[in-house]
Amino acid sequence: MNQAVIHFHPSGPLLALVGNPNCGKTALFNLLTGSRQKVANYAGVTVERKEGRFTTPAGRSLRVLDLPGAYSLYPRSPDEKVTCDVLFGRAAGEKRPDLVACVVDATNLRRNLRLALAVKRLGLSCVVVLNMTDLAEKRGIKVVPETLAAELGMPVVSTVATRSAGAKPLLALLDDQDLCGSIAQMTPSSSLPPSAATGDYHSNESDHVVVSRILQRLGLNEIVPHTQSDRIDRVVLHPVIGPILLASILFLVFQAVFAWAKAPMALIQTATANLSAAVGAVLPDVWFKSLIVDGVIAGAGGVVVFLPQIVILYFFILVLEESGYLPRAAFLLDRLMGGVGLSGRSFIPLLSSFACAIPGIMAARSIANPRDRLVTIMIAPLMTCSARLPVYALLIGAFIPNREVWGTLELQGLVLSALYLAGIVGALAVASVLKRFTAAGRQVRPLMMELPSYHLPSVRNIAIGVWQRVMIFMKRVGGIILILTILLWFLASFPSPPDGAAGPAIEYSLAGMLGQTLAVILEPIGFNWQISIALVPGLAAREVAVSALGTVYALSATGDNTAQALAPLIAQSWSLATALSLLAWYVFAPQCLATLAAVKRETGGWTMPLIMAGYLFTLAYAASFLTYRLALAMGAG
Amino acid sequence: MKNRENGISAATLDLASIGQALTVQHVQAPHAAPEWARWLEEIGFIAGERVMLMARGLPGGDPLVVRIGQSTFALRRAEATCVRVASVDHASLQERKA
Repeated sequence: MNQAVIHFHPSGPLLALVGNPNCGKTALFNLLTGSRQKVANYAGVTVERKEGRFTTPAGRSLRVLDLPGAYSLYPRSPDEKVTCDVLFGRAAGEKRPDLVACVVDATNLRRNLRLALAVKRLGLSCVVVLNMTDLAEKRGIKVVPETLAAELGMPVVSTVATRSAGAKPLLALLDDQDLCGSIAQMTPSSSLPPSAATGDYHSNESDHVVVSRILQRLGLNEIVPHTQSDRIDRVVLHPVIGPILLASILFLVFQAVFAWAKAPMALIQTATANLSAAVGAVLPDVWFKSLIVDGVIAGAGGVVVFLPQIVILYFFILVLEESGYLPRAAFLLDRLMGGVGLSGRSFIPLLSSFACAIPGIMAARSIANPRDRLVTIMIAPLMTCSARLPVYALLIGAFIPNREVWGTLELQGLVLSALYLAGIVGALAVASVLKRFTAAGRQVRPLMMELPSYHLPSVRNIAIGVWQRVMIFMKRVGGIILILTILLWFLASFPSPPDGAAGPAIEYSLAGMLGQTLAVILEPIGFNWQISIALVPGLAAREVAVSALGTVYALSATGDNTAQALAPLIAQSWSLATALSLLAWYVFAPQCLATLAAVKRETGGWTMPLIMAGYLFTLAYAASFLTYRLALAMGAG
Repeated sequence: MKNRENGISAATLDLASIGQALTVQHVQAPHAAPEWARWLEEIGFIAGERVMLMARGLPGGDPLVVRIGQSTFALRRAEATCVRVASVDHASLQERKA
């Protein structure tokens, strides 16, 4: 059945920003719109769509779309395809832009101007925005906008997106009467030239010739060396110093993520506990109270508690990205990642996954190759996220003796490192298997990654970036976790225990029944029925298993106190083999419904999250089985 | 090969020595990945463009850092093999002949 889809677009002309990657387009977008931005997805694809709104000095209100960076109108990634589709006016739910601003890196006119010429051929109203002119001048490249405009046959303005008044010339141009007139009379569909309509819009070579000729005439065809960037690269990309520097930076980031976040996390935990107590005191003692206190507040608190870590992590990632270091890190790691069929680009998502798999899975969008992106998403949950730490801490504290081995090393710390390592090795092994046994895995994929010049990150861009990512995380995770926690609260609370029941209430609930059934399956890997029941609410989020164990063992304490009270109890009633088996389980098991929901969103269906859950549970079961049996054989029963 | 006919020894970019000033002769994509030619062209590997190998990754000299025109790119060796290059002297010699 054919359905006519009518799209309603907000009023005001639409300005689209187009440009090569790393041309300072997003910085210009941030400068124009400030905080008036909406981040969402393009219809049907997981490509980030950034729209903003701003008013020119003369009072014209414009919508502005920050299109993904592209090298040409011949798309090679989902991101670049969106840019093409929007410019051609064939993107679902998108209006064809009324005006296109081709953002051009003034330090690299040779490559950037080719795209501007290609966009101009599409018959859209087009202006060229010469960006980074301050950097260009520093390198001795002096471009006069007027002469360039005469050569290109389109208006040219010069901007510096990193200065607060840097967009003034562009704003003045947008207020220009002639340009307004041309926007007003634009009828995009009819103005499409025949060459564009038939798709014959690629003429790289001639564009290259035209650009070369223009640059020759303007005396800009000389190649200016990037002395400063090259000097930094000699250290950063040095075969010995480079990897050491990278390892030190990663170490610092990790230290910061875990050390700096400690105080705010403790504060959030206290605040959540206080809120629960306050609300609990006010509400009457009925099921509703339990829903609000144990379901909603505990659930929301469980999410918000990771916020400090995520803010710190994003801050560092954005600083590294803005400065130009991240592509260098990807370069240094490309060989290692290439060995398992990925590229250096997978490094950033996997790094993020150490805090939480969800921002990691979201960060996989930066990987252009769809196959690499999918594999990265699939192995991201194997990175040890911080939600595993409470579980690891409980089990290690209860079962691993606190003593030193080989002189200086702490045994407990060693076990924790081994668990992290097991996750990394597991991820690499899975990627390697996918490389060997899938056709797409054996295919050679190109790297072709730009290493932009280094520059100092701007506070505005970092602040806006952190804010946007945090909001996305809160919306995604907040909603899902809340719903799931409420669902699991229901499972754990109903039906109520019969009168005069001896055991804890959860034993008689739906979750309890599920756990008893699970216990049959989990018995061979050494889990008793208490663990099995705790794993049911622990499906929502890993750390929930700790408080669930507390409930099963009929403890009334909450949070940190649970672990303290629980440790001696389980140390008495579980064997070491069981504890080790549970640790192995937690390295692999996908005990986080929010992660699976994020995968569903990013891959556009339930297939991938189901495959992910299946393979991770299989790995977890196998790892636990091996660990348990080996431990038993070595006398740890 | 065009270059051999002209009596000029051209090599592929992956074999170049670091810091040597070169120009792109032409781009030849592998049969398995014909789209690479277009992609390399788009990022600047066009005949006549100045190119220089900046650094090699470790271990195994892969990937490479390449200055092409005014930009810097990381290429894997497989991609660099697609780019035939000549030293700047050879290229200017060719121009003079033409």
